[in-house]
Amino acid sequence: MSEYGKLVKEGLWSNNQALVALLGLCPLLAVSNTAINGLGMGIATTVVVTLSNGTVSLIRNWVRQEVRLPVFVIIIASFVTAVELSMNAWFHELYKILGIFIPLIVTNCIIIGRAEAFASKNPVGRSLLDGLAIGIGFTLVLFTLGALREITGLGTLFTQADLMFGEGARNLTLSLGDDFKGMLLAILPPGAFIGLGFLIALKNLIDRRATQTKTVPVSAAQPEPTAG
Amino acid sequence: MQFPTITSPHTARPNSVTRTMLWVILALIPGTVAMTWYFGWGILIHMVLATATAVAGEAVVLRLRARPVMPALKDLSAVVTALLMALALPPLLPWWITVIGVVFAIVVVKQLYGGIGYNPFNPAMAGYVLLLVSYPVDMTSWVPPEMLNPHPLDPLQTLSLIFTGQLPTGLDWDAVTAATPLDAMRTELDQNRMISEIRQSPLWGDFGGRGWEWVGNWFLLGGLVLLYKRIITWHIPVSMLAGLLVMAMLFHFIDQETHPFGLFHIFSGGTILGAFFIATDPVTASTTRKGQLIYGASIGVLVYIIRTWGGYPDAVAFAVLLMNLSAPTIDYYTQPRVFGHRDQGDE
Repeated sequence: MSEYGKLVKEGLWSNNQALVALLGLCPLLAVSNTAINGLGMGIATTVVVTLSNGTVSLIRNWVRQEVRLPVFVIIIASFVTAVELSMNAWFHELYKILGIFIPLIVTNCIIIGRAEAFASKNPVGRSLLDGLAIGIGFTLVLFTLGALREITGLGTLFTQADLMFGEGARNLTLSLGDDFKGMLLAILPPGAFIGLGFLIALKNLIDRRATQTKTVPVSAAQPEPTAG
Repeated sequence: MQFPTITSPHTARPNSVTRTMLWVILALIPGTVAMTWYFGWGILIHMVLATATAVAGEAVVLRLRARPVMPALKDLSAVVTALLMALALPPLLPWWITVIGVVFAIVVVKQLYGGIGYNPFNPAMAGYVLLLVSYPVDMTSWVPPEMLNPHPLDPLQTLSLIFTGQLPTGLDWDAVTAATPLDAMRTELDQNRMISEIRQSPLWGDFGGRGWEWVGNWFLLGGLVLLYKRIITWHIPVSMLAGLLVMAMLFHFIDQETHPFGLFHIFSGGTILGAFFIATDPVTASTTRKGQLIYGASIGVLVYIIRTWGGYPDAVAFAVLLMNLSAPTIDYYTQPRVFGHRDQGDE
């Protein structure tokens, strides 16, 4: 696998920040109550982590070790401010729903973590790709968790899709019917913890299945010990 | 003079989980009969449904975890969890809500934490809280006690109502359901009515709601059997009831018209059932003697606080879960002095 392919695979799956590193749990648990909220938060985070990774990588040879963290934080905060202002302008309703969690992207440990662990040691191209992969991996988890919680809690999927995709998306909303009694717990905070637990379990299960199928041909190929 | 001679061995049969659980089930019988008498056949239907779900769920998860299935099923702990949950659920609850609650209790709260002996939370109460938080309307629709019920349902009608949601012709939900005494007291106090006024309704007996206080007495009888058989010790039930009573009497004497008499709290809702059967769960309760006193009393105090100022009418489940969470810490600070060692403070 090429170097870049490896970066993408790590960001999306094997080092998924939400499922493996368990970073960024605060926004993950707080705004994943519907699929659209999760998607909006995920995209905002992806933009910030990609841009901050690129910038940190650009200046990595000019910033002294002693002051690197404040510099990183200033860079991240600038991008978050930019994202916040743009969302306020173009996705105002969604911005109001996500509320405090947009400015709080500054404190998301994924972003400072990637800046410190990856971007400050790698060239620009790779840092940008890493940021993008990490961000998309985080977005996928947010979106999946949001969709699961929305279906069990409200019996719908993609409510308020119009907030993100414009008026044409109003018909995107799927519903399990008015008779469906949602399990309220799913859209409350405990539902987020339980749902994330199940997602992590599912990922571990898939990984284990994958290693099992990978090792089977190897052991089958081993020659039988012959008597004698 | 003759002494009866008993042949050896003289050792008593050791306690086992199965024996303990069997006694708990037996001790639940009087209260269950009383509840069925006052609140109809729904209780029994839910007990059967919950037990079947719990046993099936436990078997499936044990198979998935590649653990032996039969020993775990034979210890009857899943059955006790199911029975306790069924006693806490409203008698006319739709069947699928019961199934969700029991599956959550057994699969998530008990087995995912490692099965019997490893669960930090009481499975029955966690399942109940899940349902109460998720389906508040269904979970607070009780039926009126037998002597106040104008339309008692026969077993077949109850069965059809639980499984198909089909009400007998000519009746609607409001005709067959009623608020519990705790719920009614709470609603009316919120409307600034005084207790002496509220208690004139036929809903009330001597201490708690009519029907409810007798259910409490019969559970108390079962609890005393458990005490007598030494399945439980007195520490948790007595301290829990005392904690609740002290709080309730204190506020009752401060203002008699807005805080009901202490025994109202003892004989309402799940207090007695909780004190003897739920808070005493050996896995999730505190294990040291001193710790059990603190644990029980805290549950009692919390029950009063949540009932009086909280968002839900009854509070035993929430209080038990909160104290389950604190039990390890309580145990840590109440370790008894090992014989021959000094107290830490003496050095």
